[in-house]
Amino acid sequence: MAKEPRPSASDRLGKPPVLAPGHTTSSVTDQISAVILRGTPRWWYFAFGFSFLLVLLLLQSLTKLFLEGTGIWGLNIPVGWGFAIINFVWWIGIGHAGTLISAILLLLRQEWRTSINRFAEAMTLFAVACAGLYPLIHVGRPWLAYWLLPYPNTMGMWPQFRSPLIWDVFAVSTYATVSLMFWYIGLIPDLATMRDRVENRWSKMVYGALAMGWRGSAHHWHNYETAYLLLAGLATPLVVSVHSVVSFDFAVGQTPGWHATIFPPYFVAGAIFAGFAMVLTLAIPLRAIFNLQDFITLRHIQNMGKVMLATGLIVAYGYMIEIFMAFYSGNQYEEFMILNRITGPYRNFWWALILCNILAPQMIWIKKVRVTPALMWIVAMFVNVGMWLERFVIVVTSLHRDFLPSSWGMYAGTKWDWATFIGTIGLFLSLLFLFVRFLPMISIFEMRTIVPKSDSEEASA
Amino acid sequence: MSADPTSRAEEPNGMTTDKGSRDAAVAADLVPRPERLDLAAVRERLDSAEGPEFWRTLEEVTGSEGFEEMLHREFPRQAAVWPAEGVDRRRFLQLAGASMALGGLTGCTIQPPESIVPYVDQPEQLVPGRPLFFASALTRGGLATGVLVESHMGRPTKIEGNPDHPASLGASDAIAQATILQLYDPDRSRVLRQLGRIRSWNAFLDDNRSGLQALAGLGEARIRILTETVTSPSTTAMIRRLLAAYPAARWHQYEPTGRHAARAGARAAFGEAVDTRYDLSKAEVVVALDADFLADGPGSLRHARDFMARRRVRHGTESMSRYYAVECVPTASASVADHRLALTPARLGRFAVALAAAVGVPGLSSPADLDERTRAFAEAVATDLREHRGAAVVIPGEQAAPDIHVLAHAINAALGAQGETALVTDPVEAEPIDQVASIGELARDMAAGEVDVLLVLGGNPVYDAPADLGFPEAMLKVSRKIRLGLYEDETSRYCEWHVPMAHELESWGDARSWDGTITLQQPLLEPLYDGKTATELLSVFLPEAGEVTQRQSVEDHWRAELGETGFETAWRRALHDGFLAGTALTARTVPLRAGAAREASTALLAAPTDTIELALRPDPTLLDGRWANNGWLQECPKPLTKLTWDNAALVAPALAERLGLATEDVARVTVGERSVEVPVWVLPGHPDGSVTLHLGHGRTFGGRVAQGVGVDVYPLFTSDAPRGASGVSIEPTGRTHRLASTQMHSNIEPETEQAEKRHLVRVGTLGEFREDPEFAHHKGHALPDVSLYPEYEYEGHAWGLAVDLSACTGCNACVVACQSENNIPVVGREQVLNGREMHWIRIDRYYQGDLDDPKVHHQPVMCMHCEQAPCEVVCPVAATVHSSEGLNDMVYNRCVGTRYCSNNCPYKVRRFNFLKYTDHETPVLKMMRNPDVTVRTRGVMEKCTYCVQRINHARIDAKREDRRIRDGEVVTACQQACPTGAIVFGDINDPESRVTKWKEEPLNYGLLDELNTRPCTTYLAKVKNPNPALEEA
Repeated sequence: MAKEPRPSASDRLGKPPVLAPGHTTSSVTDQISAVILRGTPRWWYFAFGFSFLLVLLLLQSLTKLFLEGTGIWGLNIPVGWGFAIINFVWWIGIGHAGTLISAILLLLRQEWRTSINRFAEAMTLFAVACAGLYPLIHVGRPWLAYWLLPYPNTMGMWPQFRSPLIWDVFAVSTYATVSLMFWYIGLIPDLATMRDRVENRWSKMVYGALAMGWRGSAHHWHNYETAYLLLAGLATPLVVSVHSVVSFDFAVGQTPGWHATIFPPYFVAGAIFAGFAMVLTLAIPLRAIFNLQDFITLRHIQNMGKVMLATGLIVAYGYMIEIFMAFYSGNQYEEFMILNRITGPYRNFWWALILCNILAPQMIWIKKVRVTPALMWIVAMFVNVGMWLERFVIVVTSLHRDFLPSSWGMYAGTKWDWATFIGTIGLFLSLLFLFVRFLPMISIFEMRTIVPKSDSEEASA
Repeated sequence: MSADPTSRAEEPNGMTTDKGSRDAAVAADLVPRPERLDLAAVRERLDSAEGPEFWRTLEEVTGSEGFEEMLHREFPRQAAVWPAEGVDRRRFLQLAGASMALGGLTGCTIQPPESIVPYVDQPEQLVPGRPLFFASALTRGGLATGVLVESHMGRPTKIEGNPDHPASLGASDAIAQATILQLYDPDRSRVLRQLGRIRSWNAFLDDNRSGLQALAGLGEARIRILTETVTSPSTTAMIRRLLAAYPAARWHQYEPTGRHAARAGARAAFGEAVDTRYDLSKAEVVVALDADFLADGPGSLRHARDFMARRRVRHGTESMSRYYAVECVPTASASVADHRLALTPARLGRFAVALAAAVGVPGLSSPADLDERTRAFAEAVATDLREHRGAAVVIPGEQAAPDIHVLAHAINAALGAQGETALVTDPVEAEPIDQVASIGELARDMAAGEVDVLLVLGGNPVYDAPADLGFPEAMLKVSRKIRLGLYEDETSRYCEWHVPMAHELESWGDARSWDGTITLQQPLLEPLYDGKTATELLSVFLPEAGEVTQRQSVEDHWRAELGETGFETAWRRALHDGFLAGTALTARTVPLRAGAAREASTALLAAPTDTIELALRPDPTLLDGRWANNGWLQECPKPLTKLTWDNAALVAPALAERLGLATEDVARVTVGERSVEVPVWVLPGHPDGSVTLHLGHGRTFGGRVAQGVGVDVYPLFTSDAPRGASGVSIEPTGRTHRLASTQMHSNIEPETEQAEKRHLVRVGTLGEFREDPEFAHHKGHALPDVSLYPEYEYEGHAWGLAVDLSACTGCNACVVACQSENNIPVVGREQVLNGREMHWIRIDRYYQGDLDDPKVHHQPVMCMHCEQAPCEVVCPVAATVHSSEGLNDMVYNRCVGTRYCSNNCPYKVRRFNFLKYTDHETPVLKMMRNPDVTVRTRGVMEKCTYCVQRINHARIDAKREDRRIRDGEVVTACQQACPTGAIVFGDINDPESRVTKWKEEPLNYGLLDELNTRPCTTYLAKVKNPNPALEEA
C-alpha cells in the first residue's frame, strides 16, 4: 500500500474529501473501533432479533421444502425455474460490487474505495452465501445436489461438463472461496487492533486467535501486502467471469429471451449496477447510525452513484440491443418474445423494470440528487427492485411462452416462494448485523494510510 | 407428512343444484359434523333384534353417518390430491410427534419373515418377467369390444384391443384403457352390506331366500329387475328363466345416455326394432348429423379404422373420401371433417329436412326459413351425396333426436346406401325397449307400492334417473331392495342390500358387439373383493337351481346353444380368440315405413329456433357418470376444451358476449322450473344460440375421486327431454370458478396467431397436394442438414416415430394408453391448475381462422427424441443421454431435478414430479403397475421413452432367435391404442419399415425443424378434401 499518502488531485479541486478533515491516525482508530467497543446498543437487539426471525422463516420454508418437494413453489411446466433462480442471480449480482471495489479499485489505486471496501466485501460474502443456497435447494432431490461436484465415486460418473450448471458450480464456489479469503486477509491487521483494544478476556482470545499472531512487524506487513495484492489479482477476473458464467445458464439455452450473445457483458454490468445499489442501500443508513459521515463522505456516495449511472446505462443498452436484435434477426420467436414481454400478461413487470432500472437512475445526473444521501438511497432502492424484476422478466417471461403455444402457461410465486426469498434477506441482514457489531466495518489500518501526513504529524506533535 | 386423504372436500364446490330434496338430504349427511348421540336410540337398537350383537362404539350402534364415513375413509385415496395449503400447525406437530414415536417403535421390530417360494408345478406358459395376453371383452352400453389383457404373473396390468375382433381390430379407446384402473380402484365396493353393516354372502342368501318365501305366494312376488342395456345371451336367458318362474316379475332396462334415439328412430322409420351399422370402408362421402362417430358410440373404433383407410393420402394414392360434419356440440370427430357446420339442435333439425329434401326423399320440401349458409351447405352436400350413390352415407348421432335418425334412414334409403354403407340388421340388444319409458314405468309402480322386490343390477338410477320421476323417493316404498354394484354409490344408499359386483376383468360373461358378434369375457383374476356377477346374483332367486357359478352360467348356456358335439374344441377356440367367429348379424333389406320421413320432418320443423337451446350430453370421458371415480379419465383433457376435473356450460363466443359471460363465470342455467349453476366455458366453434352441458359430474357418493368434482346437471335431465330442451335461460351469478384446463384458455388469440405463424400444424387440401406434394415443406423453414459436430452413428437400430395428422381425431386413446403403460400418476385438479399434469403424450389443440367457426387441429406431441437434443447438453449430471439407437434416454436414478432440460426443451414434453405424485402406499394400486417401468418418485424428471421397455422385450426375443428386430415387432402403447392408426413406430435404419416409408412421404415434416433439433418424431401434414362448391362460397 501507499506508504506516503498524498492529497489527491480531486481534493485540491475542492471536491468533497474521502476523509473529513481533522482526523489523525488515532482518532480514526478510536472512532471506528468504538463502534464495537462501546457495547451493544439497544436498537441492535431489535434489528438483529427481527432479522433472525426472518432466518427462522427461512428455516421453516426449507423444512417444508425438504419434506414435500419443490411443488410448494409456483413452478410448473413450462416455467421450470422461478424464484429460486431469480433470487440466485439477484444475490450473486449484488455480491459483485464488493469484489469490484476491493479488487479492481484497489489495483486502480482509487483511494476513495478505502472506507467502503470492508463492508462491501462483507456484503459480497453474505450475498454469495444467500445466493449459494438457492442452487442447492432448488433441485428436485436436494439430498443429491452433491452429484454436481466432480468427485471420484463408485458410480464412475463425472458431472456432464457441457452443462452451464456445472460451470456455475465452479464459478460460484471459486467466487465464494476467493471472496472469503480476500475479506479475511484484509481483516487480519484490524483483528489485531481489536485484540489489543478489547478488555474482555474471551473477546481477546477470539480476536487473538482470528488475528493469527499479527504483530505488525515489517515482515508481516510485507507478506500481507504481497498476499493482498495477489488475491486482488485473482479476484479481478472473477468480477467478470462469475456473472458471465451465470449468464451462460440462460445464453446457452435456446429459449427465446435467453439465447443471446449480449448476455455476459450485460449481466456483468447489471451485477455491478445492482451491487453498487446495494452498497449504497447499506452505507447510507450505516454512516448515519454510527456517525461515520467522516469516513463515508459525500464523495463516496457521489462516486458510487456515478458507477451506478454508468453501469445502468450499459444495462439500458443491453435492453435496447435485445429489442433491436429481436427484430433485426428476423427470428419470429425472438420477435414474439419481446412483444410478449412488452405487451403480454407480464407487461407490468417489464414496464416497472424500465422505470426502476433505466428511468430512476437518470436522476443521478443531477448533482443535487448525488449529494443528498436520502435521495440516493431511494434511487438505489429502485435499482434493487429493478434488478430483481430484470431477472424475473428474463427467467419467467421467456419460459412462460416459448415455442409451442399449446404449452404456454403462467407463473406466480407462492407464499413459500416469498417466505424463502424474505428468509434469505433475513439471513443477509442477520449476518450483516453480526458483522457490524463484532468486526470493524471500515478498514482501520487502511483509513490510517489516507490520513494526510501533515495532519497526522501535527496531531502527534 | 401425508395429505389428508379426505381433503378433496376442502374446496367446497360453491355450486348447488336444486334437484329436489333427495340429493340435498344425502349431501347434507355427507358433511362430517359431530353428531349428538341419542342414547335412547342406542338402547333401542341394542334391544331390538336387528342391532349388531357386538359393537365397537356407540356411533356404530346408532348406525350414524359419522361412523359410516369413517369406514369409508379408512382406505387412502388412489389419486393423491394435494391440499393447496397443507395441514395446519397443530396437526403437523401431532403428526410429526406420532411419526417420530412410531418410527422409533418400528425401528425396534424385527420384520416378519417373508418367504419367496418357487412354484412346485410351474403353470404352463408362465415365465416370470414375460406377460401373457388373454382375450376378453369390455362392454359399454351393453355392447362388447374385444380386448387383449396383459397379465404379469396373474396380475392384469394393461388392456389392448383384440386385433381379431371386428369391433376393435387392435384399437381401443381412453375408457377401455382406463378400465384397468377401475379394476384396482381402492374405492370399489369391497364388502357385502346390509343397511351399512358388513354381512356374509350366506347371510345374504338366507335372508333373501327366506324373505322371498315369506312373500304371499311365490309366484305372485312382484319382483322388478332393473338392468342396464343387456346384449348378453346368457344373462338374458337367466333373466327370462327368472321371469318365467315369477309371473308377476318384470324386467326394466335403463341407461341415461344410451341409444334411446337410435331405437326410437329405427322403430319410427322401419316400424320394427332394427339396428343400423355403417360400413365406412366403402363410403366416399360421409355426412355426420350430430354424430361423433369416430370417437364415441358403438362401432366407433371400427368406424375410425375404416374411415381413415380411405383418407390416407400418400405419394401415389392421391384420393380420399369426403366428410361433412353438421353438429350441435363440437366433437373430436369433426376436427378431421372437410366441412363443418355448427347448428343448434332445432336448426340442425331443419338442416336435416333440407338435406333430405335436396337428396330427393319423397314428400319433403326444404324449409323456407333457412339462412343462406345452411341452405347452400345442404345443397352442396346433397349434390355430393347424389353423385356418390351407393358409396355415400349419412350417420345420425347417438344423441341426435329420433326424428333426425328417421331422416337419416330415409336419406340413406334414397341414396341406395342400405345394404352398402348402411347395414340394417336385427337388433343387437336382447330386448330393445324404450328405456326412458321403462324406468318411468318402474318409478310409477314403485311409487304406487306395487313392487315387492327390486333388483338393481349395475347402473345408478338414484343419481341418473330422469329428475322428474322422483325415482329415489319411489324406491323408498319398496321393502326389499337389492343392489349389485361396482361401487357403493348413491343407489346403494337407498338399498337394503349392497352386493359388490365382480369387475368385467374378474368375470365370466358374454355380450354381443356392435355388429352382433358374440364376444366372451374370461376372468383375469379371482374377484379381488368377492364380487358377484349379475347371473350369479340372479341365480339366487331361481327357485329350482342351487347357486350357479359364473363360469357354469356362461358355459352351460353356450353348450346348450352350440350343441355338445365338438363343443370343447369350439369353446376353447372361442375363448382363445375372444369371440365366436361368424356370429355377426347379417344385413337385411328393410323397407322404410311410408310417411315416416314426412312425420319426422313435420316434428323437426315445429321446433322453435328463436330460444336458447340446451344440449345435454354424456361427458366425453366420464360418460353418464359411471367413470367419475377414475382418476385417469377425470384428468384426461376433454377433446377441444382440454378441461379436466370439471364440467362446464359450453357456449359460443357470440352468445357469451351477448349474455355478458366469460369463461369461468358461474352461470345459472334454467329450464322451466329446474336450474343448475355451472361455470361457463366459451368454446370457439360452438353453435350460437345453444348451451351444452355434460352429464356425469357432481357425484355425491361413490368414491373419493368422484365426489364433489364438477356439477351435477341431471336436474335438467327429464324423461320428456333427455337430450336437452329449448327455452333455456342463462344468467350470470356473479361468482367465478377456476377451471383446470391443460391448454390455457386466455391464450386462444395469441396462440392461434402464433401457431399459424410457426407452422406447427401444416394443413393443405387434396388439390394443393396434387399440385405440389411438397407443400408442407414450403410452409416451414427447415435448415440444411449441416453441423459442426460429428453425427451420431447408429449401427443397429435407429428408432423413429411418425404421426399422421390427417388421421388424428384427438380422441385421447393414446394419452390414457400411455398413462397405463408407463405408470404415470394422476395429480389432481389443484396440480393441473398449476400446470403440472404428467401425461407423457399430450394432444395439442389449435384453432385456425374465425373465432365463431374455426377449424380445429389436433396434434399429438410426445418426446421428439431429437438427434441434437437441447435437453442432453444442459443436464449437469448426465441424467438424460443419447442412446446408441437414437433414443433420448432418461436415467431416473441419476436425475437430481434441476429442470434445466425441461426449460431447454422447445417441445415442452418433459414432466416433473414436483411433489410425490405416485401413490406408493395403497397396496392394491401396486398390483396395477407395469413391472417393466420404473415408478418415479418426487423430484425426478420424466418423459416419453418410446416405450423402451417394449423395445427391450423385442430385443430379447430377437437375440434369442439370433435375428434383427422385425418391423412391427415393437409397437408403442400410443400406436397400439390409436383407433385410426395415426401413429407408426419403427426402425428408421430399415429402409423397408413402415415408419421409414412414412418419413419418406412428401408430407413428412419435423415440428420446429428450423431449430435444427432434428426430431425423430415427425408429422405427416394434414390433408383435407374440401368440396370446391363450398370453398368458393
